[in-house]
Amino acid sequence: MVFSVFRFGDYLSEYFVCTGCALLCDDIEVDVQENRINTVNAACRKGVARMKGCTDPLVCTVDGKEEGIDKAVQKAASILRDAKNPLIFGHGNSSSEAQKLSIDLAKMTGAYIDDTSSFCQGPLVEAILQEKLKTCTLDDVRHRADVIIFWGADPSNSHPRHLSRYSYYPRGKERQRGWEEDRTLISIDIRRSDTALLCKDERFYRIPISGDAEFMEALVSSLSGKVPKTSFDYEKKRILELSNVLRKAKFGVICAGLGLVYSLEQLDPLFKLMDKLNELSDFHLIPMVGQYNMRGFNHNLFEETGYINRLKFDPQNDEPLHGPEYSIVETLYNKKVDAALIIGSDPLSSLPYSIAQNLKDIPLITIDPCQTLTASRSTVTIPCALGGVEADGTAVRMDGAEVTLKKIIKTDRLTDHEILKMIMEAI
Amino acid sequence: MTSVMEIYQLLPKTNCKQCGKSTCMAFAVDLLARKLKVDDCLPMVNNTKYSSDYDKLNKLITPVSGVTETGLIVHEDKCIGCGNCVVACPVNVAADPFGAGSGKAPTSDKVIFKVEDGIVKAKNVQECRRFGENKTICVACIDTCPTKAIEFV
Ligand code: SF4
Ligand code: SF4
Ligand code: SF4
Ligand code: SF4
Repeated sequence: MVFSVFRFGDYLSEYFVCTGCALLCDDIEVDVQENRINTVNAACRKGVARMKGCTDPLVCTVDGKEEGIDKAVQKAASILRDAKNPLIFGHGNSSSEAQKLSIDLAKMTGAYIDDTSSFCQGPLVEAILQEKLKTCTLDDVRHRADVIIFWGADPSNSHPRHLSRYSYYPRGKERQRGWEEDRTLISIDIRRSDTALLCKDERFYRIPISGDAEFMEALVSSLSGKVPKTSFDYEKKRILELSNVLRKAKFGVICAGLGLVYSLEQLDPLFKLMDKLNELSDFHLIPMVGQYNMRGFNHNLFEETGYINRLKFDPQNDEPLHGPEYSIVETLYNKKVDAALIIGSDPLSSLPYSIAQNLKDIPLITIDPCQTLTASRSTVTIPCALGGVEADGTAVRMDGAEVTLKKIIKTDRLTDHEILKMIMEAI
Repeated sequence: MTSVMEIYQLLPKTNCKQCGKSTCMAFAVDLLARKLKVDDCLPMVNNTKYSSDYDKLNKLITPVSGVTETGLIVHEDKCIGCGNCVVACPVNVAADPFGAGSGKAPTSDKVIFKVEDGIVKAKNVQECRRFGENKTICVACIDTCPTKAIEFV
């Protein structure tokens, strides 16, 4: 993506990218004073918080004592060298450049490598990369989508500008008349979220917890002209009505949130629904990826190995071993890991306690801009520059579009990419 | 949205005129428009028997600075900077079709809403469709706000 300088009357702006979430809004205006970010315009509150940096920056330490970067890198290298089964985990908030090096480092050390996608949006991204699910870009959504479904997703909280930037409110090439006439917003969820409140004409469908698969099957029946039955007795009239809206869509999109992913044991009901919808209309799916470059990690690993996550490299021949048993959750649960490098992530606060506690018994290395719970338990901590603010890089938006990140302010701290390079050299 | 009646119900209803208004109802109207403050009703401040109503009233009438001349209030504490109102406001769309109207950062100084530092700021409010000669009933900014941060008083 190119950065352009727009001139509009006496308006002169240079736009930056927000790395607050995987929407990667690229129209952010920043006022910098004395190498500090003063004001951030057009970003949502969440994005502003991210771009203004950490309240508690990470310090470079070894065994809890402040150290220079060289010593920390040496220690990190020796931990990884000595480990038989190291784990490299995180990557959601790392540039693609760093992710690629991480993969190389995993090869070099015969490490397990994984990211948060193995317990969130991974299955959907995988299905998209394997072309089992039809997808489109957010720009297509803005220009063309007339039926937009948020399923198990509440962008008003997770991705605050989703509706205004792309999916509901903006005008687009084929959507010139505004949301009230041109678009239908639908929310399917277990609770009336803030996003559901914005749906007009009762276009909110409350389903019971784990009722997603059955609701999908009922929609398929209804779209096939059969009576939609559910064990939870969902009002048939409403399902029929909904399927009529979907059938008539010119360009439909399902924005799939964690609610949907968590409730499906396997993706078959979703595949069937998408197939049916595409027999009758034109439907696409975009995963509501959270961290700004989680999808980038999936893409980068896929390019290298054909898998999106949950791998271990065989140290003898660099061959990737892949499967559920190589996920962070399984490897930690079975205590397979004897050291871990955590980059751009905080597993001690995001993983269930019973699993995360197994991280506490092994040497940890954390690379992050900010102090985190995981960092506070780490043998080595190395602060890195904040992606998209203090460091250039590339990232992949939730829809798969590649976005270039441009540094806004200068810092003495190295980028995650440079730190990984130093560790690899030291090994 | 808070109504005059809701406010009136919480007042002493004695029409004592200490606030400078002739009736409690007139006080309620001015309070809703933020022309007066809750504390301008002295009986409510001084008489403990009104203290629970006084607290309720203070919750209802969140103190806002900068009520615009058209009565538009942005509750900054509630605004999450999602930009829905920025993109939905017809005045913004007309003034800036390829910026705000297309979902992007506004590129015109003529817009009413703009998100600055994560919070929406209202300018040019005299352009709002609810006011002026050809006023219409526009609720675009109110309806599209997920947190109900915009109010007209
Ligand atoms: S929606 Fe996400 S990317 Fe866009 S400004 Fe907010 S946090 Fe940043
Ligand atoms: S001071 Fe209070 S009680 Fe007296 S008239 Fe005004 S609002 Fe009513
Ligand atoms: S009422 Fe309508 S014209 Fe006025 S500020 Fe709100 S959206 Fe804009
Ligand atoms: S719609 Fe509401 S929350 Fe969103 S920017 Fe406007 S006032 Fe703020």
